[in-house]
Amino acid sequence: MIRFNKVFKAFPKGSLALKDVSFHLAKGEFLFLTGHSGAGKSTILRLVYADDLPTSGMVRVSGFSTSSLKRRDIPRLRRRLGIVFQDFRLLEDRTAEENVAFALEVTGTRKSVIAPKVMRVLTQVGLAAKAQAYPRELSGGEQQRVAIARALVNDPLVLLADEPTGNLDERATRGVFQLLRDINATGTAVVLATHDLDLVRAAPYRTIELQEGAVVYDSAEDEGAEEAVES
Amino acid sequence: MRLTIREALLSFRRAPVLSALAVTTIAFALFVLGLFGLVVINLRSTLAQIEERVEIVVYLTRGTPVEVVTVAIGDIQAFPEVQSVNYVTEDQALERARQELVEFQGVFDDLTQNPLPASLEIRMRQGYRDSRSVRDVADRLRGFRFAEDVRFGRDWVEKLDRLRGIAGVVGLVIGLGFAAASVMIIGTTIRMTVLSRAREIHIMRLVGATDGFIRRPFLLDGAMKGALGGAFAIVLNYGAYLAVSRGLFEAAFFSVEQTTLFLLFGTVLGLAASAFSVGRHLPQV
Repeated sequence: MIRFNKVFKAFPKGSLALKDVSFHLAKGEFLFLTGHSGAGKSTILRLVYADDLPTSGMVRVSGFSTSSLKRRDIPRLRRRLGIVFQDFRLLEDRTAEENVAFALEVTGTRKSVIAPKVMRVLTQVGLAAKAQAYPRELSGGEQQRVAIARALVNDPLVLLADEPTGNLDERATRGVFQLLRDINATGTAVVLATHDLDLVRAAPYRTIELQEGAVVYDSAEDEGAEEAVES
Repeated sequence: MRLTIREALLSFRRAPVLSALAVTTIAFALFVLGLFGLVVINLRSTLAQIEERVEIVVYLTRGTPVEVVTVAIGDIQAFPEVQSVNYVTEDQALERARQELVEFQGVFDDLTQNPLPASLEIRMRQGYRDSRSVRDVADRLRGFRFAEDVRFGRDWVEKLDRLRGIAGVVGLVIGLGFAAASVMIIGTTIRMTVLSRAREIHIMRLVGATDGFIRRPFLLDGAMKGALGGAFAIVLNYGAYLAVSRGLFEAAFFSVEQTTLFLLFGTVLGLAASAFSVGRHLPQV
């Protein structure tokens, strides 16, 4: 599904944002990316949705490889992904329903398909009753749910969430996290970048920890090593 | 397509002041361009009227038989450059002089013999009223034995030629200047729109919109602003035309075809400017 192979990413001034990062995310997997601010979590996500390219190494996402990726491939790649940010990135002059529908409209989906699909995902995130509300009329947690609904509406293979709970209180954080777990339970892979260790400890999912751009811990490798010792 | 139209229309609603400013500036630039167009049209029609008066006069040797003149008229009329030949007899020349030079009435009354020669007045066909054609025909007319003298307003014809050339060059230069100014104005407004919608463009990209899809509403927006600006400019030009026609002299206005072309020019200008601006600024957002 997603494969990083010896990926290096240099900043324009020369310092490294990622150093020799390699990992593989399987279909339907839930992955925590943790680490302090500036550790490289967002850079990894940006490389996944091709907002940036690696300086060396290769990133492979659902059949698309950075070694052969063309500009015209990027929209097709992104239609297989759902992306959620800390600041929600909703359009303030559109209702929740219109924000979600926007993701379908810009990909040329037929009008007759849009309305039922939008209502389905709004129901899935628990916001069907607030479909006509504008972002300013919604709480932070609700706005993030709209953003998640928008990310889900294209039926993505992977949902990328970059600090989705960073602006939320504890209660809303729990609600959004549970929603991401529910989404994962339906078969969608989730990559959740967060520095909230309470969240990481709350569920037994695979965790990759980054420090200054390098992977310092990958729970999958750890488990693999333990299994090898036991056998 | 529906979304493209909606987004393009929304840009007017989202930034009404900026849009109004853009349309007004385009309208003003096209208005000045249109004014110049009107000047050129009127100058051309005036030149055409003056050109119609371009004629060559062949003064005949006294005593040339009418039969010879009649045959010569036939020959001259066969020239491809010649529109008409008018024979003015000696008596007609005197009569005309009497009517036109009233202050010399006494002199004419004292005459015992008509001093004025008969003449042939030759008008040129349209397209042959330039100095070269006129000189060419005049040279051929000198070849007739009865032609005592051949005259045409050489300086006048050459001045007309120069005026035509200058009007064409000035029109082209000013026209291109204002077209460039309009392109820059539209380009700047589209750039401001692109920047003001950076967030939306960013989201469109994230959810997988293609570059072509993102670009389309901006192109339509530019074309609509160009067309609206062109329409306003036509209204302003019509106002200027009415003011001149009522207050100064009777002027000509654009024909329906020219008005349509003007509107089309505004639209294409808007489209080209937004294509240029979007191509340049979209990758930066």
